[in-house]
Amino acid sequence: MLAQNIIFGLLAVAMALSAIKLVTTKNVVHAALYLVVVLAGMAAQYILLAAEFVAITQVLVYIGAIMVLVLFGIMLTRAPIGVTPELDNNSRLPSAIVALFLFGSLGAMLLDAFGDERFDLNNGVATGASGGNMIRTADSIFSQYLVPFEVVSILLLAALVGAIVIARRD
Amino acid sequence: MLLNQFLILAAFLFCVGAYGVLVRKHAVLVLMSVELMINSVNMNLIAFSLRNDNVIGHVFALFVIAVAAAEIGVGLAIVLLIYRNRRSVDPGEVSEMKG
Repeated sequence: MLAQNIIFGLLAVAMALSAIKLVTTKNVVHAALYLVVVLAGMAAQYILLAAEFVAITQVLVYIGAIMVLVLFGIMLTRAPIGVTPELDNNSRLPSAIVALFLFGSLGAMLLDAFGDERFDLNNGVATGASGGNMIRTADSIFSQYLVPFEVVSILLLAALVGAIVIARRD
Repeated sequence: MLLNQFLILAAFLFCVGAYGVLVRKHAVLVLMSVELMINSVNMNLIAFSLRNDNVIGHVFALFVIAVAAAEIGVGLAIVLLIYRNRRSVDPGEVSEMKG
C-alpha cells in the first residue's frame, strides 16, 4: 500500500513538472521529449492501476509511433531547432485563468464526489481474476465490442489513406 | 490508493493541456497538447475500471488510443499542407473563415 503511494507520488511529480515544461518551454524538440516523459509516466500509472495491456499499448503506440510522427512533423515544417523567443501567442494570462478555473472546478467536483474513497485492492481487476486483465480485455473486445473494434480498424485505414492524400505533393 | 489521487492528477494534466492548446503558436505543439488531454481522459477510464471491477474501461482506453493515433496522423498531414501553402504553422494566422 505504502510502496504504491510512493511510486504514484514520484511519477505524478515527474509527470506534472514535464507537462508544465511541455506547455512553457521555448524549444519545440524539448517539448516533444517532455511529452515522452509524460506518456511514459502515464504507462507506469496504468501498470499501477492493473491495466498492463493498455500500458504496453501506450508505450508501443504513443512513444513508439505517435512521437516519431510528431518529430517528423517538427522536422518537415522546418520548426526552429533551438530556443525560439515566440512560441506563445499574447493571450497567456487569460489562458492561465481559464486553465486554473477549469482545474479548480474539476478538483472541487472530484473532491466532493469521491472524497477519500479508496480502491478495493481485492476485487477482480486488481487481483487479475479469471486469467488476468489481458484475457478479460480480449474477451470483451472480441465479443461485446466486436463491431466497434471493426469500425475502429476501418477508421484507422481511412485516416491513413486520408493523411497520405492530404500530405502528398502532386 | 485513493481514487481521487489519479482523478486529480488526470484533471491537472487536462488543464495543462488546455492551457497549451490555448496559448501555443506552433500547430505541432497544439497537437501535442491535445495528446496530453486525450491521455488524461484515458487515465480516468482506467481508474474507474479498477474502481468498478470491470475491464470495459480498458477496452475504451484502447479505442481512444486508436482514435488518437488516427487524429494525430490526419492532423499532422493538415499541418504539413498548411505549412506548404503559407510557410507558417501559426493557427492564429489561418483565419479566412473568421466572420
